[in-house]
Amino acid sequence: MKKLLSNRNLRSQILTYGFVIAAFVVLQLVAAGGGMSSSLKGMLVPICAYVVMAISLNLTVGVLGELSLGHAGFMSVGAFMGVTAAISLQNAVPAPGLRLLIALLVGAVFAAVVGFLVGIPVLRLKGDYLAIVTLAFGQIIKSIFNNLYIGLDARGFHVSLLQDRTNLEQGGRLILGGPMGISGIQKISTFLAGVILILVCLFVIFNYVNSRTGRAVMALRDNRIAAESIGISATRHKMTAFVLSAAMAGAAGALFALNYSTVVANKFDFNTSILVLVFVVLGGLGNMFGSILAATALTILPEVLREFQDYRMLIYAVVLILVMLGTNNAKLKSLFEKLRPRRREEQS
Amino acid sequence: MNFLNFLISGVSLGSVYAIIALGYTMVYGIAKMLNFAHGDVIMVGAYVCFFAISRYSLPPLLGVLLAVLLCTVLGIVIEKLAYKPLRAAPSLAVLITAIGVSYFLQNAAQLLWTSNPKVFPSFLDFGETGGIELFGGQLRVSYITIVTIAACVVIMLALTAFTGNTKMGKAMRACSEDKGAAQLMGINVNTTISVTFAIGSGLAAIAGVLLCSAYPTLVPTTGSMPGIKAFTAAVFGGIGSIPGAFLGGLLLGVIEILAKAYISTQLSDAIVFAVLIVVLLIKPTGLLGKPVNEKV
Repeated sequence: MKKLLSNRNLRSQILTYGFVIAAFVVLQLVAAGGGMSSSLKGMLVPICAYVVMAISLNLTVGVLGELSLGHAGFMSVGAFMGVTAAISLQNAVPAPGLRLLIALLVGAVFAAVVGFLVGIPVLRLKGDYLAIVTLAFGQIIKSIFNNLYIGLDARGFHVSLLQDRTNLEQGGRLILGGPMGISGIQKISTFLAGVILILVCLFVIFNYVNSRTGRAVMALRDNRIAAESIGISATRHKMTAFVLSAAMAGAAGALFALNYSTVVANKFDFNTSILVLVFVVLGGLGNMFGSILAATALTILPEVLREFQDYRMLIYAVVLILVMLGTNNAKLKSLFEKLRPRRREEQS
Repeated sequence: MNFLNFLISGVSLGSVYAIIALGYTMVYGIAKMLNFAHGDVIMVGAYVCFFAISRYSLPPLLGVLLAVLLCTVLGIVIEKLAYKPLRAAPSLAVLITAIGVSYFLQNAAQLLWTSNPKVFPSFLDFGETGGIELFGGQLRVSYITIVTIAACVVIMLALTAFTGNTKMGKAMRACSEDKGAAQLMGINVNTTISVTFAIGSGLAAIAGVLLCSAYPTLVPTTGSMPGIKAFTAAVFGGIGSIPGAFLGGLLLGVIEILAKAYISTQLSDAIVFAVLIVVLLIKPTGLLGKPVNEKV
């Protein structure tokens, strides 16, 4: 039985990796054949970033079982720090691939540190109180980046809050300009890099979930008291999952920001957090494959609905409500199951 | 004197937050769901009142009544269509549905009324000065401030009396304690939840009118930030508790205005949320929330 279970796990993992790689190859071929519109081409990297956001949030919400409403905060930490690193290394590291790698790592590390700091108070709380505090941290991070100034000159980095007091020397560059954000970014993110990031994150999450800590976290999610009574340290295990999730969001943020020429803090607000949460819930809690599908589909959906123009966001909202009703309402669910009796037999 | 001025505008803003938070907290207490669409009901209420007064030149009071009536109906319809089919579903599914409803209302408002900002009529500023002057003109309290604070206190007292004494109020408290047991006692749980949504949405309409009288720009996203703030206020005071929402709303408004005045305008939101975090660390269930003990 145990072997069968692990086999099934393995199979679904391989299927997920395979799907990502296959999607990448197909999209590359379509793009090479010229069968892709330029707007869709421009969305490939953001889709990758949102997929990484979705699977990283799924680690917090699905595996750890805590509702986070501030995941965009970690994304913005990664975005701003990653872009700052990329800009300051523009001359030192000429190869864009290597610079992107460094930017992603810097974004991930900074987001992990912020995740750790946020996790200390957040993980002491429960349920909706925990959710509201993550929301609060998301807002605080947004406010701080809206008022943060980072400049670089020959003497090194200069950081100031609220006002531009960086006093840069001749030839220095103001990288982050408060509410103006960062502009003049070299777009070094590529679709290939995005897909590799997705695969790396999937690899980390799948191995984490099947590790000792991962099982401990799931035990805590299912019943905290029972898990603690057999000696599982709630704080430590929850913290590892939370920090891991934050780090991935940071890398996603760096990837996302390096795809645009400008980035501002207001891009990563409450609505972005909610958007990613919608991907996770729609894809299924704890189901990484579902998150990938939902993130991709819902990022493309507004683009596909473009012909409806003004009505597209309205349709998006209606689709969202109907999907939630269709998948969660007992009556509708039984109706669907009646419609496809064969599949039900197969399952049993 | 300056401080007193800031304090009064803080209490006034806090009163609006408190009215919104009361709606949040009542719905949370009974349906155990975070109704993210609440902020957008505020916006709808404000628009209805705006059109009633500016376009159809109805008397202001009638406009407000119309807004309350329409929002009440809207609240019941939303509950029946979107939330009722999900009574047994996991709370996250309901949360996402609420977000869907919120998107729907915002985008419907944008289609119906465009995203051009509307200037809300200042129907409460009667008289030359638009307010009362105290201490030889050093302290000016506008009528809208007085009306806002008075409305909040009246609503809070009425709600306390309603939940404490009336049959429906008792049914609400029973449902929020234990739905199954309440049903066994002959309480119609569905009706009770509908009434709660109706009251919450009616309050949201009043809050929308008061909010837009104080800050007169009206756009389809007007409701979202006050919605989040009021949600914070409800948690601050202990979600599910009516006096808690009142206290939380007032404190949040005062902290926000004082932070804006004395520390930094740009960072005032960050300060408000930082205070919330500190309070929740000291009292994990909010100021007046009841601690829940887990039984094994």
